Amino acid sequence: MAKTIIEKIWEQHIVHEEAGKPDLLYIDLHLLHEVTSPQAFEGLRLNNRKVRRPDLCYATMDHNVPTRNREQIKDLIARKQINTLQENCEEFGIPLANMDHPDQGIVHIIGPELGLTQPGKTIVCGDSHTSTHGAFGAIAFGIGTSEVEHVLSTQTLWQAKPKTMEIKVTGKLGFGVAAKDIILAIISKFGIDMGTGYIVEYTGEAIRNLTMEERMTICNMSIEAGARAGLISPDKTTVNFLKGREHVPTGEAFEKEAARWLALATDEGATYDKTVEISADEIEPFVTWGTNPSMGSGITNQVPFKQDFSEASDQQAHEKALAYMGLEEGMALTDIEIQHVFIGSCTNARLSDLRTAASVVEGNKVHPTVQAIVVPGSQTVKKQAEEEGLDKIFLDAGFEWRESGCSMCLAMNDDVVPAGERCASTSNRNFEGRQGAGSRTHLMSPAMAAAAAIEGHLVDIRTFQLVNA
Amino acid sequence: MEPINKIKSVITPLNQKNVDTDQIISKEFLKRIERTGFGQYLFYHWRFDAEGNPLCDFILNDKRYKQSTILVAHENFGCGSSREHAPWSILDYGFRVVIAPSFADIFYNNCMKNGILPIKLEIGEVETLLQKEVYSVEVNLEDQTLTGTDGVVYSFEIDPYQKKMLLNGWDEISLTIQYEEQISAYEQKVKA
Ligand code: SF4
Repeated sequence: MAKTIIEKIWEQHIVHEEAGKPDLLYIDLHLLHEVTSPQAFEGLRLNNRKVRRPDLCYATMDHNVPTRNREQIKDLIARKQINTLQENCEEFGIPLANMDHPDQGIVHIIGPELGLTQPGKTIVCGDSHTSTHGAFGAIAFGIGTSEVEHVLSTQTLWQAKPKTMEIKVTGKLGFGVAAKDIILAIISKFGIDMGTGYIVEYTGEAIRNLTMEERMTICNMSIEAGARAGLISPDKTTVNFLKGREHVPTGEAFEKEAARWLALATDEGATYDKTVEISADEIEPFVTWGTNPSMGSGITNQVPFKQDFSEASDQQAHEKALAYMGLEEGMALTDIEIQHVFIGSCTNARLSDLRTAASVVEGNKVHPTVQAIVVPGSQTVKKQAEEEGLDKIFLDAGFEWRESGCSMCLAMNDDVVPAGERCASTSNRNFEGRQGAGSRTHLMSPAMAAAAAIEGHLVDIRTFQLVNA
Repeated sequence: MEPINKIKSVITPLNQKNVDTDQIISKEFLKRIERTGFGQYLFYHWRFDAEGNPLCDFILNDKRYKQSTILVAHENFGCGSSREHAPWSILDYGFRVVIAPSFADIFYNNCMKNGILPIKLEIGEVETLLQKEVYSVEVNLEDQTLTGTDGVVYSFEIDPYQKKMLLNGWDEISLTIQYEEQISAYEQKVKA
């Protein structure tokens, strides 16, 4: 029978199944970071339990870490959390890329970078953007701290078999349109809870044509559509990306693995519980205007009117969002002035993102009323970017060039957008207060954020590039 | 975790959809390394102004709901991050039951692991409850019902396995350890 990749991976990982119970699934890779793990380790200690497979765990520090002056973390509670992870990893024998490690970075950036992320794996992390790893054809999803403890102790999880959904992106992307625009357009069209209860597979010509880095941007934001996991069947692009990476086998073993990976792809004729479709040709460069990722629109549009929504609860949400964002109905999106630009996060802080942003920035200056920072996703990305001279391009234009971490994506460290100020951000969430209490976030692609930094307001990257060509 | 079966309380109506975990517990409070003490930070930026004074129009600051152990909200409650600090703060504040037409997957799971009962009701039923003022109900997990003081009965669905876990307050890890043999067998098979 024809099967989807989701069914294939699921079936391969069942340790125990029984009517009336969820399946007991084996977990191949457990990623950890400092914020959602301390209580799990504490739970192990209290119950005198061990970590079953420290060799299948990998930890890093990303959420709390400063992106400058790393020598001294002034925030005592943050420092305690960072030290706690270090001690826990030492105590339980878990590999760790700590703050001084050359592999340190955002957990969802370094997993693929190191080749830990591979097709066919089940991958979990106490972080909802674990869906990122699905880009390789893995079932990867975020878990809570109790589940982190469960996986540490048993290397398994009880999981009810989810429903499957296909999101098919047909056609070709237009000039100036990025992977970020595809996923923002999907979320805006179908809503932030469309994926609840599902694992999503992205298919279609437009998806096939994406690089691995772009696929990661798409899968990263699956959770913003409510889906715990979103994946893409592996193909040549996937295999080529993984070849030669640290944790990937070499030589003959690699060839064997690659063949196994490719065989995981969804079979011709396999069916999903639900299929939705969107045409890439229709997608414009996108920005969000509201306080959740579905409140977005093509850049040539206006801030929507209340009457555009039919349901009372949506009208109420729209009103609340505009009040928070300080925007008027009907104003052109390109008239929105910004004071901050953040190029970073697990959505868009890989080397190709920085290259794209740098190509927009090159030869220009950051607008005098704008403060702009670039936070590479990992130390590896930072190093590679510096080898290419991207840091110089950003610095010359007036951007700050920082150390890697989550930074202004969630503003747990010092990188905070002040209350009432507005940020063009390449991250994934524009919830109230996400980038600092009272901060206002507009999500967009790296090219769009870079152009906004130069102009001081949101701009259509297509016009920007024509003018500056 | 503490077993849960019958809970009687006035309901706290929070008439908002897509309440995300960033609102439930803001990131500045995620740095603690304990599971406890998060209740004081629940909905912090909706409860307090920048100076830390209570905002009187927010429902949790309404004295009539101070003793409530049941929270009611609109669709897609708990969307966003996987932070278990969200259910920890809800529990620590005093809620044992959350009612909504739908929940985000990770949040729903996280509730189950902490002895919080998430109840899904029909959207119309939730809207009725959200309109009520100082309305008390009794939740009965065993019977899967919710009975208002006016005698109206709502019934809800819940996965039988999760129901058993909640009713007994079982620690899932202890249960899973009983499958040790199968786990080892799986590992042997994969290695081969
Ligand atoms: S970059 Fe942002 S979304 Fe990604 S893991 Fe860090 S905090 Fe979460």
